[in-house]
Amino acid sequence: MTRAAADTDPKTVFEAEEPHLAKRKFLHDAAEHVRDTAHRAFVRKALGGYYTSRDTQQARYRDWEQARDAASLAKWSAVNRLDELLPRFVGNFEANGGRVHWARNADEARTIILGLLRQARARAVIKSKCMTSEEIHLNAAMERDGYGVVESDLGEFIQQLRGEPPYHFVFPCMHVRRDEISDLFGRHLGTPPTDSPEELTMIARRHMRRLYVDADVGITGANFLVAETGQISITENEGNARLTAALPRVHIALAGIEKVVANLDDLAVLLPMLATAGAGQPLTCYNTLYAGPRQAGECDGPEEMHLVLLDNRRTEILADPEQRDSLHCIRCGACLNVCPIFKNVGGFTYGTTYQGPIGSVITPHLRGLADWNHLSGASSLCGACTDACPVRIDIHHHLLHNRRNAARSSPSRLERLGHRLFALVASRPWLFAAGGMVVRRTLWLAKKLPPPLLRAWLATRDLPRPPARSFRSQWRSRP
Amino acid sequence: MSQASTAGAVILARIREALRVPAPPPQMRSHATEQAAAAGPGGLTILPADVARPWLPDGGDTPEERVAILTENLRRLKAEVHRAADLAAAADLVATFAADRGWRRVAWHGHETVEPLAIRLGCDTYRVDDRQFDKDALEACDAGITACEAAVAQTGSILVSSGSCGGRALSILPHVHVVILPAVAVAGTLADALDLVRARHASRLPSMLSFITGPSRTGDIERILVLGAHGPRELIVVLVG
Ligand code: SF4
Repeated sequence: MTRAAADTDPKTVFEAEEPHLAKRKFLHDAAEHVRDTAHRAFVRKALGGYYTSRDTQQARYRDWEQARDAASLAKWSAVNRLDELLPRFVGNFEANGGRVHWARNADEARTIILGLLRQARARAVIKSKCMTSEEIHLNAAMERDGYGVVESDLGEFIQQLRGEPPYHFVFPCMHVRRDEISDLFGRHLGTPPTDSPEELTMIARRHMRRLYVDADVGITGANFLVAETGQISITENEGNARLTAALPRVHIALAGIEKVVANLDDLAVLLPMLATAGAGQPLTCYNTLYAGPRQAGECDGPEEMHLVLLDNRRTEILADPEQRDSLHCIRCGACLNVCPIFKNVGGFTYGTTYQGPIGSVITPHLRGLADWNHLSGASSLCGACTDACPVRIDIHHHLLHNRRNAARSSPSRLERLGHRLFALVASRPWLFAAGGMVVRRTLWLAKKLPPPLLRAWLATRDLPRPPARSFRSQWRSRP
Repeated sequence: MSQASTAGAVILARIREALRVPAPPPQMRSHATEQAAAAGPGGLTILPADVARPWLPDGGDTPEERVAILTENLRRLKAEVHRAADLAAAADLVATFAADRGWRRVAWHGHETVEPLAIRLGCDTYRVDDRQFDKDALEACDAGITACEAAVAQTGSILVSSGSCGGRALSILPHVHVVILPAVAVAGTLADALDLVRARHASRLPSMLSFITGPSRTGDIERILVLGAHGPRELIVVLVG
């Protein structure tokens, strides 16, 4: 199955090739999406079950809030000791028989992986869910080099067939209805229509089993890199990552450098928190620690294990102490699930690998503030994301920090003028009063003859009816 | 220096440079965590796991409590739990499953808790660890029986390893996974189980250790729970003793 067989044009092409259009795309897609009430209702309903199971599972914690403290402590102490823990991890990983490859950017990572595929004489490659591979557009590169690659995670498989990137980095196809999936499978796999999620899942299960057995190379991500032991930890529900790392001859894992944790004990906190925040589970179905390839005395497993460690501007976030904690992210997806913006504009509108609040924080760092600063405005600053985050990242304040940084690095003349004007008026009570009087009298005009600057804003909003008297005059005449 | 080692050196240099300015600890609610962080990221006075221990879900204090919590969690996760007084009773139990559920071929591995069961199964069997491992033969099996390293009451998990539980594929490829769990192997919390891993495998880690928490599942289609996505559709835990 290749991208050529996909139904629609991959939407990622846009983001990769025309970053300067990112803002226009966002505004356009957001406007389109908010009008699609059926779609929004569908996504809300899909998330309904998540809220229930998350609340139920959180209630089983003796104190969820304090557990969040411990999780953030674990990530803080790891990220701020990356200089010490990363080399320790690499040493231990290689002592276990695995090989580490360093990639400064997406291009190096792709080159390394393609080289490993050539070396392994790969004919068939199976992949389990790995957002880092989406970040470096790995599939497209593999296909250009003639490697067939199949996504084994059900949601990713559906997205691959649809020719779309993931809609949500934890729930990749949450926006797709079952009848669409049934049609999709009918077209690509020749299966009869069904409206049962169970049957649809079984179709994918049956289709995939042969592919695991036949693949020569399995590619996975990694959720944590354990410095103490040199193991990589992979979290999943379906068992596809387990199969991907069990049956092929070669296992390649790809991970960002920020995934390091100090020791196994930290996993005892982070794994349950990840599962509960992300999907309302006590622990995801399979949490697996890999220490190198098959060992003498073991009856199966890959002959080689490679780990590609990716920087791709993570060190730039690290260099900003104010936002360094955005590297604490364990990609649970909780901040997306509670975000009013995500729920209203949908996952594709962002045009990023990482959607939602955390994506809006890190994308400007990973891909340039100039083109991506509009994401900092894609927030109501309600703070729901920060409250949901299991590792207590100060997400919504970072959106403000990005706005401030953008204003500093490329100040808008218009905005500056506006602020000056405001300062001028606000610091002179008589001028403020006079201005207020004028606005109270003429506000009705704004809707009739919208000034050009406010036209877009007023198109979908009503102005309040102005009070007859100013606040200050009401205050003076209070009884 | 090769490209690869240059890239590594460059990244590590960037990291060292970036970390020259320290970042304050995150906002925290509890005094205990704040104190733990006071000495800086390298000098935690208490491990995060120890901070979290009283706040995470309960794992039980006594062996009986642990078994009770584990059983409740496993049932919630839609795994089957059966109790057997000893390995002979477990063997009878698993033989009835095989007959009732029409298993034609069952895979297993040589282990003192698995062997007595495997040899008493009424159906065809496939032992994975005494010959050249054949993926197709294993794929064709209806069920796989494995030992386990431990269980975790707190999360309802079973810990298997590639070293002692028949490799990597046996517990994930067949449609049904039967685990033989001695009651004494039930740990309270994930932290306890990881301690155990450390104590048991300090000198040489098995290449895979996996916490299995219920039968394979997915919610990818409209967020509706479906069991048996790619791994076993059924997880049967036989608690012995
Ligand atoms: S920022 Fe926090 S809530 Fe959002 S995905 Fe990362 S860990 Fe989860």
